[in-house]
Amino acid sequence: MAFPRPRPARPELPQRRVRTLECAQGAVRAVRFNVDGNYCLTCGSDKTLKLWNPHKGTALRTYQGHGYEVLDAAGSFDNSQLCSCGADKTVALWDVATGQVVRKYRGHAGKVNCVQFNEEATIIVSGSIDSTIRCWDCRSRRPDPVQVLDEAKDGVSSVKVSDHEILSGSVDGRVRRYDLRAGQLYSDYIGSPITSVCFSKDGQCALAASLDSTLRLLDKETGELLGEYTGHRSTAYRLDCVLSEQDTHVGSASEDGNVYFWDLVEGSLALSLAVGRGVVQSLAFHPTLPCLLAATEGQVQLWREETFQPEGDAA
Amino acid sequence: AAAESSDSEEEDLASYGTALHPLQEGDRIKKPVPLQEQTVKDAKGRYQRFHGAFTGGFSAGYFNTVGTKEGWTPSAFVSSRQKRADRTILGPEDFMDEEDLSEFGIAPKDITTTDDFASKAKDRIKEKARQIAGVVAAIPGTTAFDDLIGPSKITIGVELLRKMGWKEGQGIGPRVKRKPRRQKPDPAVKVYGCALPPGLSEGSEDEEDEYQPENVTFAPKDVMPVDLTPKENVHGLGYKGLDPSQALFGVSGREHLNLFTGGSEDTSNLLGDLRHSKGRKLGITGQAFGVGALEEEDDDIYATETLSKYDTVLKDEEPGDGLYGWTAPKQYKSKKRSEREVKYIGKILDGFSLASKSSTPSKIYPPPDLPRNYRPVHYFRPVIAAGNENYHLRKALEESTGKLESDTTQQSRHALNASQRRERLGETGLKGPAPSVLEYLSEKDRERLKEVKQASEQQMKAKILPQQSRNSRFQPASPDDASHKWQMLLGGQLANAGSSDFKPFARNPEKQKRYESFVKSLKQGEKDTLEHYLDPSMTEWERGREQEEFFRAAMFYKSSNSTLSSRFTRAKYEDDVDKVEVPRDQENDIDDKETAVKMKMFGKLTRDKFEWHPEKLLCKRFNVPDPYPDSSIVGLPKVKRDKYSVFNFLTLPEPTTSVTQATNEKIQQNNSLNKAKKPSRWDVSDKEKEKKDSISEFISLARSKADVQQQPPVPATEVCGTGSSETLPTEVTDEDKDQEEESRPSMDLFKAIFVSSSDEKSSSSEEESDEEQQPTTSVIDSETTKQVDLPDSSLSNVQENVVATADPGVSLLPTSKQELDATQEFGPKLPPAFSSGRFCRLLVRKEKHRKNREKHKTKREHKHKKEKKKKHKKQKNKGKHKNKKSEKDSSSDTADSSDSLSDTDTTGLSPKELLRR
Repeated sequence: MAFPRPRPARPELPQRRVRTLECAQGAVRAVRFNVDGNYCLTCGSDKTLKLWNPHKGTALRTYQGHGYEVLDAAGSFDNSQLCSCGADKTVALWDVATGQVVRKYRGHAGKVNCVQFNEEATIIVSGSIDSTIRCWDCRSRRPDPVQVLDEAKDGVSSVKVSDHEILSGSVDGRVRRYDLRAGQLYSDYIGSPITSVCFSKDGQCALAASLDSTLRLLDKETGELLGEYTGHRSTAYRLDCVLSEQDTHVGSASEDGNVYFWDLVEGSLALSLAVGRGVVQSLAFHPTLPCLLAATEGQVQLWREETFQPEGDAA
Repeated sequence: AAAESSDSEEEDLASYGTALHPLQEGDRIKKPVPLQEQTVKDAKGRYQRFHGAFTGGFSAGYFNTVGTKEGWTPSAFVSSRQKRADRTILGPEDFMDEEDLSEFGIAPKDITTTDDFASKAKDRIKEKARQIAGVVAAIPGTTAFDDLIGPSKITIGVELLRKMGWKEGQGIGPRVKRKPRRQKPDPAVKVYGCALPPGLSEGSEDEEDEYQPENVTFAPKDVMPVDLTPKENVHGLGYKGLDPSQALFGVSGREHLNLFTGGSEDTSNLLGDLRHSKGRKLGITGQAFGVGALEEEDDDIYATETLSKYDTVLKDEEPGDGLYGWTAPKQYKSKKRSEREVKYIGKILDGFSLASKSSTPSKIYPPPDLPRNYRPVHYFRPVIAAGNENYHLRKALEESTGKLESDTTQQSRHALNASQRRERLGETGLKGPAPSVLEYLSEKDRERLKEVKQASEQQMKAKILPQQSRNSRFQPASPDDASHKWQMLLGGQLANAGSSDFKPFARNPEKQKRYESFVKSLKQGEKDTLEHYLDPSMTEWERGREQEEFFRAAMFYKSSNSTLSSRFTRAKYEDDVDKVEVPRDQENDIDDKETAVKMKMFGKLTRDKFEWHPEKLLCKRFNVPDPYPDSSIVGLPKVKRDKYSVFNFLTLPEPTTSVTQATNEKIQQNNSLNKAKKPSRWDVSDKEKEKKDSISEFISLARSKADVQQQPPVPATEVCGTGSSETLPTEVTDEDKDQEEESRPSMDLFKAIFVSSSDEKSSSSEEESDEEQQPTTSVIDSETTKQVDLPDSSLSNVQENVVATADPGVSLLPTSKQELDATQEFGPKLPPAFSSGRFCRLLVRKEKHRKNREKHKTKREHKHKKEKKKKHKKQKNKGKHKNKKSEKDSSSDTADSSDSLSDTDTTGLSPKELLRR
């Protein structure tokens, strides 16, 4: 005899600003959680990459080695390595502990906008303004990419990698999904330059933010439009979009200094967080908790749900 | 007070142990040695490191050298004056390390069992020799004692044999009763004190027979192992050097030196040294003078001295050769053998026997009989170079030698070129048509080459014809003179000229035909025939020019083409110049999708699905099976498409280098069109006309000539072959056109010209045909059509730009045109290869055509033209404008860069451009 399951708690959204990290590394180009959400990486315009514990607000390490501003970063599944990319056209693979550059991949012809590890951190996928996505091998010492995905007609602004897919959004207004298992390339036309794409947690949908100030939720298989979310402003910057930890909400940064959350199903604006006066450049949503990192100007803010009690404060 | 008190305290203290040395002032307190500097040293203070190279462990020395940090140093110099006595001679051991002398080193000093005692491990032959020696020795069986002493590790086989009664040195088998030996030669003449001649002593055992009793059986003779000692010296077979012990000392008295020992040698070989000392073969021991001091062994000391050892009878010496110790061949010693040996002078070596059949004597070929008058002296005929100066000399020589040699074959081989050598050697030429190298060059390179050529040729010409150089450009040289001079110039070089490959006038088949026949005639040496081949309809001036052109072409071809062509070969796999690889599946039309997006009909309408081949390694890294395990494709499958399809080049940058036959044909067609119909005045912009005044001086000069030149299809073609006068005449024709168009502005003509010229300007020619069908409409269309720009790559300023340059359909009006000129002049980026002036000119001259083309070029997606037009109209209705101008820039860049090249060829240069030059 099974008890009826307890009704799942109503999903909460981060609403309280818990902490503000002053990164002191120029403008924060991107902020990213690590794989379990305990740490975060900030990419600075002063060529540095910093590792933080955002929950405690401590800076753990600074990684120096890029030749120009760092535009994106990602951590490996085992937290042993980092990859980052920057305007110096390189993709760097870092050792977390030593802080050394393990490898640098040169080959992109322009700024590298986005970078991702694959599931096992054996491949780094990077998308660049040179309209290519390059897959770099972390295992071998090969200097060339394993494969170059040059189908995009314009710069690649965002790349996400699942276990067998590479999702990319590019400025030519298309969301491309390379399915390695099926050997297919699905290209969905959105029209407006894509600034950010992301998979939903269930892997069924793809969220695409574009410069027409719209977020679109697409069915991954068919390319049908499942939802459209507007209300924010996104016309010039490469702004991030996120899905909440349970896929209940869709969030996006905005040029008006706010972060907006919409209900995924209804499409209604659920929340807007006033982060700052400037453009909110980057967002990162915690993988398991209602916890948001928002980067604006030179700082990163940690937002938690209303009921959150910080441990340090409690003690 | 304080000091005193401290003193008193110290006195009170009792001290135990040894006090530390008081620290001296200035001395530093020694720091403990850090861990990384602590090292392990061996007994001698050498660093011990694991090494493993030679002695399997610690380093053999200091960094692989001798065991000091300084390396090897010779033992310090010691004056020999004082220490002469105790100067020691150093052996290798003195330089060895301790480890080397230890048990596992290279020179162990520990006591070990030596070979002699290690029993089984003995040398087999030595063993055998020992055994034999034991048998042979004075006391037979002495070796048995050795066996007693040595550790008896005898093989089981030997042990078994022994138990069966076998003794060492015996053979194996049933005992035999030996017959009395063959008769001794003469017991009576037994010689004491001298060894028997070896031929007589057959073997040790034979000798024993002397004493054998009748009823005793003997073990069979042991098998003598074969002598396996390799020959290591360079002496003759069987030679043994002089043994001083034999030659000088005790032995000499009783035994002749026996360098080539005879048949009994087999044992002596085995016995080795034993033979001389104790290997006495004879029972007779005769030793007159005791044992020498240098005799190693003196077992014969106690030999009985009997009278029988001495000669009792006077008789001739035993036939010794008297060559004491020398290696000369001996005389025969054995009479028995003598009959056999008569045939063969010298001794038969051990292990050899005389052949029963004599080998066939080797043939001898006598030298040839010399002719009676042969003089064994060689004199060198002087080589006369084939020249006119020494003609007489040569002739005289030839007469003297009696044969006339053709001077062509008399050339030195260094003067030949590759093809001549090939002919002489009878080799076949390179397979396939020897192509002109020029074919491999890009258009630009050809152009450059040509210019260089021209320059050099003009220099040459200036030298040859100083009197004509001034006005030869416009005055035709008289054909006779010209042909003569050129023939002289070309000389025999024309051999290959005019062969099928080199077509300098390929663009103009008629001219090419004329050229070929001209070359043919030139080869045959005709001088006046040129007149026949030239176009009779041409003016004299033109003919003269063309003739010169032909000469130059022939010359040019010869010098660069034939010499180089043989060194190049055609590519095995022709790379498709006309084809490019294009993704098989293209994302189809945006416009459909645009509308779908507008209607929010995402899904099938907005989705493109492609076959995509991931790299195998990528699949591996993603832990995903390769979806196409058999395919070698990576990425999107590609197909080859025609290179000059506009659908390919809407996105790709147009290559500027290659101009193919297709375009050439187009140009020709264009030329013929020009010939048929006069260009309209609309082709020339007002600006250009304005410029005319400023260059009137030049024009007037050109015009005077141009009147003569009617409509030669020259300009496009002459570029290739000649070129010295290239620029001028083309300009002339251009001006010519300008003049004429003013007089006859006919609309349908205009249309025709317009069509053809727009065609000409795009090197991607075929695809324009669609457009040509509706030229007039498209002119208007292009200006009024609104296009939706593709998103700009820069994110920061993707804003909708409405370009306000919408030109009304009445753009033929000069005023509006000028406006447009102005905008376009500044707008587009300049292609890097061309000067701004040129570019502007192009803009001016072709603005109308560009308007036409723009529309097509701007499209990035590949699609059919007509579809596109529909789309344009659709969009026009929607009225969405974007950034049209930047589009124009990018598209016109590519168009112009390719156009301008062909343009210079086809239509020549405009006066405006000339000015800017």
